Amino acid sequence: MSEHDHHHDHARTFQPDHPEPTTDAARVGLALRELLIEAGHYTAQEEQAVIAAMQGASPANGARIAARAWADEGYRQRLLDNAAEAIHELGFDLAPYEFTVLENTERVHNVIVCTLCSCYPRALLGMSPAWYKSKSYRARVVREPRKVLAEFGVELDDDVEVRVHDSTAELRYMVLPQRPAGTDGWSEERLASLVTRDALIGTQRELPLPEEQ
Amino acid sequence: MSEPWGPHDVGGLDAGPVDTSEHDTAYWEWQIDAMVRLALKKGLISDFAELRDGIEKLDADDYERCSYYERWAKALAYALVDRGVVNREQLDGKVATIRARQKGQALS
Repeated sequence: MSEHDHHHDHARTFQPDHPEPTTDAARVGLALRELLIEAGHYTAQEEQAVIAAMQGASPANGARIAARAWADEGYRQRLLDNAAEAIHELGFDLAPYEFTVLENTERVHNVIVCTLCSCYPRALLGMSPAWYKSKSYRARVVREPRKVLAEFGVELDDDVEVRVHDSTAELRYMVLPQRPAGTDGWSEERLASLVTRDALIGTQRELPLPEEQ
Repeated sequence: MSEPWGPHDVGGLDAGPVDTSEHDTAYWEWQIDAMVRLALKKGLISDFAELRDGIEKLDADDYERCSYYERWAKALAYALVDRGVVNREQLDGKVATIRARQKGQALS
């Protein structure tokens, strides 16, 4: 990029640290975008609003739900019985998807995948990591989950059952990790700070407490 | 195991280790994502199944070579050309314009 190329037309909004795409497949996408904006199907302002909303979703949302379930037994039951309704109580709208929360226990470890594409609870976890969309993860986690989990540093005892849940366009999942020991009496906010994205996907099992000061 | 339905149907296949490193989403990828959501909202496509249909029509080479949002881009292009929202010539022309513009920037 040169220093005198800032007379962008409205459809071009690249930022210096976000390179323009260099493949024809990506250019097809940008060409389509410019044609749709030029034809008035949507505006650059609408695009900005959608991107801002997408960037606003993060694993902190899922963490809040997990922390509430740990702190409130009634909420935990509602979450496991009817996840969409319980999650709606906290102000998140998951429509049009069906939603199920999978609880980890001493004897059960859950992990989610979408083998066919990349279905992921974006509203609760934000943008999915690249590996979630990778062929290696999608192909292998359904056949050799223990081996894949080991690549994420999760070593499961033989007597822990692994359940792999394959998402679809209509049905999404989130894992409810186990509450770490030593957190009795913690506030929901403090509990939520322990919960990571990978724990909500199931590629992390233990949630370490922060080091004592 | 049954035969895969297409290049997207990878569940259970052999593959290498998972690269667990994190990545940034480039701005153009957010733009593609937003375009698909807006196309749905504005009724240019009827549902995500239409996008998936386009992705599942990619041949194996294309599927393997394309990154995630490149597949979305191609799939939405198939769907919107199919529906007559844009035509092939407009799209090819715009791709050429963008390529030339990028080249101009590289030289300036």
